[in-house]
Amino acid sequence: MHMLFEYTTLRLIWWSLLGVLLIGFALTDGWDLGIGALLPFVARNDVERRMAINVAAPTWEGNQVWFILGGGAIFAAWPLVYAASFSGFYLAMFLVLAALILRPVGFKYRSKRPEARWRSAWDLGLFVGGFVPSLVFGVAVGNVLRGVPIRLDGDLRLFYEGSLWGLFTPLPLLCGLLSVSMMVLHGASYLGIRLAASAVRERARLAGSVAALAVIVLFAAGGVLVAWGGFGYAVTTMPPADGPSNPLWATTVPQSGAWLDNFVAHPWMMIAPALGFLGAALAFVGLRTRHELASLGGSSMASAGIIATVGLSMFPVILPSSVDPHSSLLVWNASSSQHTLGIMLVCTVIFLPVVLAYTAWVYRVMWGRVTTAEISTNPDLY
Amino acid sequence: MDPSIADLSRVQFALTALYHFLFVPLTLGLSFMLVLMESIYVMTGREVWRTVTRFWAKLFGINFVLGVATGLTMEFEFGTNWSYFSTYAGDIFGAPLAIEGLMAFFLEATMVGLMFFGWNRLSKVGHLAVTFLTALGTNLSALWILIANGWMQNPVGAVFNPATMRMEVHDFGAVLFNPVAQAKFVHTVSAGYVIASVFVLGVSAFYMLRGRFMPIARRSMAVAAAFGLLSSLSVVVLGDESGYTLTDNQKMKLAAIEAAWTTAPAPAGITVIGFPDVADRTTHFRIEVPWVLGLIATRSIDKTVTGISELVATAETRIESGLIAYRALEILKKTPDDVAAHATFAEHAHDLGYALLLKRTMADPTIATPAQIRAAAWSTVPDVPVLFWAFRLMAALGFCFIALFATAFVLVTLRRENTRWFLRCALCALPLPWVAAELGWLVAEYGRQPWAIDGVLPTGLGASTLSHAQIVTTIIGFTAIYGTMAVIEVGLMIRSIKHGPYEHLDIAPEPGDLPATPVTA
Repeated sequence: MHMLFEYTTLRLIWWSLLGVLLIGFALTDGWDLGIGALLPFVARNDVERRMAINVAAPTWEGNQVWFILGGGAIFAAWPLVYAASFSGFYLAMFLVLAALILRPVGFKYRSKRPEARWRSAWDLGLFVGGFVPSLVFGVAVGNVLRGVPIRLDGDLRLFYEGSLWGLFTPLPLLCGLLSVSMMVLHGASYLGIRLAASAVRERARLAGSVAALAVIVLFAAGGVLVAWGGFGYAVTTMPPADGPSNPLWATTVPQSGAWLDNFVAHPWMMIAPALGFLGAALAFVGLRTRHELASLGGSSMASAGIIATVGLSMFPVILPSSVDPHSSLLVWNASSSQHTLGIMLVCTVIFLPVVLAYTAWVYRVMWGRVTTAEISTNPDLY
Repeated sequence: MDPSIADLSRVQFALTALYHFLFVPLTLGLSFMLVLMESIYVMTGREVWRTVTRFWAKLFGINFVLGVATGLTMEFEFGTNWSYFSTYAGDIFGAPLAIEGLMAFFLEATMVGLMFFGWNRLSKVGHLAVTFLTALGTNLSALWILIANGWMQNPVGAVFNPATMRMEVHDFGAVLFNPVAQAKFVHTVSAGYVIASVFVLGVSAFYMLRGRFMPIARRSMAVAAAFGLLSSLSVVVLGDESGYTLTDNQKMKLAAIEAAWTTAPAPAGITVIGFPDVADRTTHFRIEVPWVLGLIATRSIDKTVTGISELVATAETRIESGLIAYRALEILKKTPDDVAAHATFAEHAHDLGYALLLKRTMADPTIATPAQIRAAAWSTVPDVPVLFWAFRLMAALGFCFIALFATAFVLVTLRRENTRWFLRCALCALPLPWVAAELGWLVAEYGRQPWAIDGVLPTGLGASTLSHAQIVTTIIGFTAIYGTMAVIEVGLMIRSIKHGPYEHLDIAPEPGDLPATPVTA
């Protein structure tokens, strides 16, 4: 079955699927992360917090699987990328994990006891569980754009020559803030469509509007910085697109402004950044004029456009090495074998539509506006 | 590389994996018990069964979230702490993990929300279907994880590719239908069913001892007794199946479990008890039952069970053969088109992993002396006394559970379950299946040492090149977070159990279900 597609095609498909999974994560779990980050600001008492929490509660668990599947798919399709990013960002990954662990328990345990201190402790946990991963994911992407200090030896063993604090330089911090703004915008738009008229919804609308403006400003600033801030890598010895996955045979060197080359060579790619800006603008207008579907559609477009922009600007680089020209990971030299990519593609084609179908069904069953009245009467709610 | 780095990563992995497996087996078993309870509710339409289902579902939920939370760590850790393993084996090992997410975890995690929040939004049958899909998802999840784990125990269907310096799939079917993975799956999920049954049995016994919530407790106990008897029988029988597959695939693990220092004449006897002595390579004070091991392990009376010394001798030859592959690979790294080196490598590639055993102590294994090769061969022997005792304790507990559930089944059938000595036993048994399950993992994983992938990649080489400070930081972090979570989880469990099933008082206890006669000793 792996003979269905050329190795080159399979690698392209899996590079795109990586984007699909990241966008899937940003669109579904994104609103749960955003709601977590917004919680202390839009909901000020227990009933209000429970309203916000119960918007996410029935579906967040399934949404998080986009992230878990993203991890699994990188492992299966891009093992070198998985190994390099997870071990390279070791302590940052631990921070993300620690924060993500707070979410399941926060959602589930918060309502188990009535004490105010118990509940506010979990509220803090849910805030950290929403804010920290959003920030660190963005910081990680920023570091990928900058180049990561990884070196491969002859056995393809990885050595990482950086530190945790080295991750927090201006471009990555800017990406981190952009990522937080994206999630907050998306979470606020989702609260808008799932909450009955209430103070929480009004505060979410305000917070979302600010986040939409922040997305536009930060995305533009990021673009300027990437274009003229001395960032970018160019592949000077391109490996064969269907060659074996061994990064040592290619050469990739730093080249200021190179991340814009793809947009110059293929102007159609400008659709992605355009989608990012237009989406955020649409979300802003939607939030101000109470067109909830427009704001949610806009925030989804913004997230998808921004993630796609990063991927397209770097192609075919996935993870550039800042210390060694022969250790950069490219679409053409960091994938699994043709056989594995083929099998994984068959599985994805079969199961992803099934997943989408039952996820849509679950959303349909649980759809409706969360009201104050329901919070106080339905014992199933958190 | 520094071996103590790998040891720290091993400590962290063991810590997080054993902790993760405190929650997972209860999820595996309780989810199917919920299906049973809810099916009775749907079929009989009696509200008391709805209360039963919802009560255990509440405890299921408290447990479930920690299984999910700690599972995230497991998926991350292959990348964070075992990056060379991930590079070396990701082509095979990543696929089952990704399919697990796609086929199983998505189902389980999407349905579990509806299971808790959908009571008022779904029909009775609709809700039962959701509960069933949650249970199916959790168990399929275990299947894929154990296919991945089974490959580490018995790495079938893969070959080393010198061009990419890693193992690559050539037969995915062999990875799926790996006999070790299949045996592990049925043994592991059965163990989960036993844990859930003991949990339900123990908590019900707690209520009955206090004479509280009798209608709920009796019904729960009936389900637990039946489900537990079947599971405890299958966990032992299917554990024997694991023993049988070990003989072909992991002879060394079996020899270590049995402390079989040398090959005994067929059919081998089983050592019931004894004191394995690593220094003298002998077992003192052994009490042996003749024939039994031969029967279990080879299902014959004429085949032998290979002993440790003989397996070490084989390892020594394989190291020498592996060194030939290693030398050929060094040539191929510089000149990938060398035809002679390709031919030599292909002939000895299956022993390459054995040459890597030397790499843990020397940068260039090709200069190893015969004494060093001999020492490396002996390093393939896992920790015999630990395996010997861990296995015996686990197996003994397995038989205890059969006895417990057989008693429970008889008493429930005779409607005499309200017998105090039995209820006390059931309550005391509560922690034991968790002990057995953790010992099971100890036998399976510690018994695989020194290999991360049996015969292919030594554990020490699989680790990421991290600093001591980094790993110590995360070990302290995980210990703090996991410790806090454990205290909170157990606290909530006890609180919910004490509170009982009538949380919302939406259903009053049925008077007819109260015991007709006063509780007797």
